[in-house]
Amino acid sequence: MLTRSEIIQAARFEYGIRPDETRFQGGLLEQLTGTDPLDALVPVESTEARFAELRKFRELRQSMGGDADTIKQVQRRLRRHAATDAMRNLARMVQNPRGFRERLFAFWLDHFTVSPKRANEDYMLGAYLEEAIRPHISGQFSELLKAAVTHPSMLFYLDQIASTGPNSVAGQRQERGLNENLAREVLELHTLGVGGPYTQDDVRQFAELLTGLGIGPEGMRFAPNRAEPGAEVILGHRYGGARARIEHIYEFLDDLAMNPATATHLARKLVVHFIGPQARPELVADMAEAYLASGGNLTALYEVLLDNPAAMAADFPKVRPPVEYVATVLRALNFDAEAILNANAGDTRKLAKALEAMGQRPFKPNGPDGWPEDAESWITPPQLAARIAWAGQAARTYASEQDPRALMQAVLGNTAPEFLSFAVSGAETKWEGVVLLLVSPSLMRR
Amino acid sequence: MTLSRRKFLINSTMLGCSAAASPLLTPVTLAAAPGDNRLVVIILRGAMDGLGVVRPLGDADYASYRPSLAADDDMQDLDGFFALNGALKELMPLWRAKELSFVQAVSTPYRDKRSHFDGQDLLETGSNDATGAPKSGQTGWLNRALALLLEARQETAFSVGTSRMLLLDGAQPYSSWSPGADLEMSPQTEALLARIYADDPLFASSAEMALDLSAKTESMAGGRAGNAKALAAFAAARLNEETRIASFSIGGWDTHNGQKRNLARALTQLSDAILALKSGLGANWQRTTVMAVTEFGRTARENGSAGTDHGTGGAMVMAGGALNGGHVFGQWPGLGELDLYQNRDLEPTDDVRRYLGWALRDLFGMEASALGSTVFPGVEMGGNVGIIA
Repeated sequence: MLTRSEIIQAARFEYGIRPDETRFQGGLLEQLTGTDPLDALVPVESTEARFAELRKFRELRQSMGGDADTIKQVQRRLRRHAATDAMRNLARMVQNPRGFRERLFAFWLDHFTVSPKRANEDYMLGAYLEEAIRPHISGQFSELLKAAVTHPSMLFYLDQIASTGPNSVAGQRQERGLNENLAREVLELHTLGVGGPYTQDDVRQFAELLTGLGIGPEGMRFAPNRAEPGAEVILGHRYGGARARIEHIYEFLDDLAMNPATATHLARKLVVHFIGPQARPELVADMAEAYLASGGNLTALYEVLLDNPAAMAADFPKVRPPVEYVATVLRALNFDAEAILNANAGDTRKLAKALEAMGQRPFKPNGPDGWPEDAESWITPPQLAARIAWAGQAARTYASEQDPRALMQAVLGNTAPEFLSFAVSGAETKWEGVVLLLVSPSLMRR
Repeated sequence: MTLSRRKFLINSTMLGCSAAASPLLTPVTLAAAPGDNRLVVIILRGAMDGLGVVRPLGDADYASYRPSLAADDDMQDLDGFFALNGALKELMPLWRAKELSFVQAVSTPYRDKRSHFDGQDLLETGSNDATGAPKSGQTGWLNRALALLLEARQETAFSVGTSRMLLLDGAQPYSSWSPGADLEMSPQTEALLARIYADDPLFASSAEMALDLSAKTESMAGGRAGNAKALAAFAAARLNEETRIASFSIGGWDTHNGQKRNLARALTQLSDAILALKSGLGANWQRTTVMAVTEFGRTARENGSAGTDHGTGGAMVMAGGALNGGHVFGQWPGLGELDLYQNRDLEPTDDVRRYLGWALRDLFGMEASALGSTVFPGVEMGGNVGIIA
């Protein structure tokens, strides 16, 4: 039987217990080292390959002239990729015994939120997840920052492709100019935080530094003829010079990664995400200090976080957002990756609708700040109703023969509250007992 | 046992469980309503470009600031100085019937960082903190206003849509609903469910209403959670019963890019919502005021990608039969370089909360002094802005 601390760890840092899984041997930090077998199970085409595919599509469109139906068909096919990517993510959450790895991936994906608008962007999403985010979740933050901020998905999402230096060659010729969206959100959301030491002038100067960064036929491309001439002064330092080069942008992003305000912002976000809303200034300060001392290494942050007694506390102030909740329930019911990857289009669509009713359309948060962290945002009456409706159907369809008492023992061990044991044993049918377990705060909180 | 061979999740009954078939849902008790006036607050998330909606064509600087955005083919003249974005032309009959008004050059006290998220929090909490720094335990101004309604019950105010509305959060009870939320439970399971939620205040507060939800919303099944028209139609149905205050959100206003098309799309949602409220409310439209507010406005000048960036002063859209309609309220600050806030944004000449406050006073009889102390602490209510007929 699982120990109490294994169950607490699985709840707070993973996607809960899957009864038929052999648990990962080793600590949470050890989950982060070495290769992840799940990478082989669910391979993904690269950004490069996807751009090649888009080029073919463009050529097709040109050769087709006005055949709207065929073009619509291809667009639909491109759009389906976002749904496929969402299912592949869910499959990894459900199957991976290295749950902490998946949780950190989800955390950084949310930190660097992108939300596809056009079919092309839907198509690019999977490459963003696998190339910009997943390889960088436990190394240098500056690598993650540079990979995410310069990936085509981010350049689309925060309008960088529409920003041109007003005095650049292209700016003068096409009468185009700045769009400050990406610059603002990098400072506000990705690095310094909204309370951080920057002004509107810094946003403007950073937007000028970013000009030239855009997309070409093969992926991200730096076009010097779109870059604003001259150096920029941001946060009191000078970047760039006579000839615009992408290295100037990297240089500023490297500096941003090591700014003490960034260290504090990242530490605070991790604490709020994994531990809870209560202010813990000492823990945040310790984490930020370790991060800066390590030269900007993310694992240094995690190490201090996991060492804190709060990491293993037995109260759970957070509520799992819907995607996480669905993954936790499917793990409790012993689903595996294959079952999810083989889901047909109709089932995929129905799951998407259920998630929308719970308040979370995958990859469609309200804005670039990602999904809310506070528990209150996820348990409004309509959202709770949608969770109960979905879990009810899942239990009736897939667990009608399961003994709810045994299932509760398997996923909650001796952490199950007494009144839950009472309720689960007192249900009229097995499946209703399972429903009560699945919709209980014990499975929804972490 | 693994389930990989089985058909994955959700058969056809997964979401279609009918609430009507369930005999278990507690019937809704209708409470006496405090008065007959109705208020709908719509939060426009993403920062609506007030200058692109209520266009100051009479100001000579306007066209020069916005070479590609100043006009469109369907644009409607309002009063000789301002013209309405063509995407709202379906609202022109309301303008002529004196059921549509605007306020130009208003804002919350939020300044300078121009963050959507802090800006929206400030708009919903009604706080007086210009930095917009989030604080724990914040409550929504509309919730605090409910406390001033003597006969307010849970049914008096409704939050519509799946997402949480900070605007209505706080000590006073209110109801909420969204399309696509329904349940089916046996009485025994329902009783046990209440038991497992009883010790967790967050779940307990939502559970009872979650179980009630489908009973009253059965006729609305099938609507999409993000569809403003569906939200408005539901709100109208509740407002025809005992509900007096309803609130929901419309997104899509962050038009950094390709504003002509993107702003039109968001405005169509707003226009559809207002028209759905009017047709759904029937005779009650005459006692209704709709106020649509946003976190801040956008830059006076068009940016380099035919869009606008985050600004300061913005506009409000108001509709309803109870309104003093046919006006563009507010004091026009001008668009000259020295008139602009930081030579960038429309200078706010009034506080959005004063308009909201005076509407609460005129519709529900709340005292101006109470409004200035508990609902919008720190706001000088000043003279009546006169937006209610």
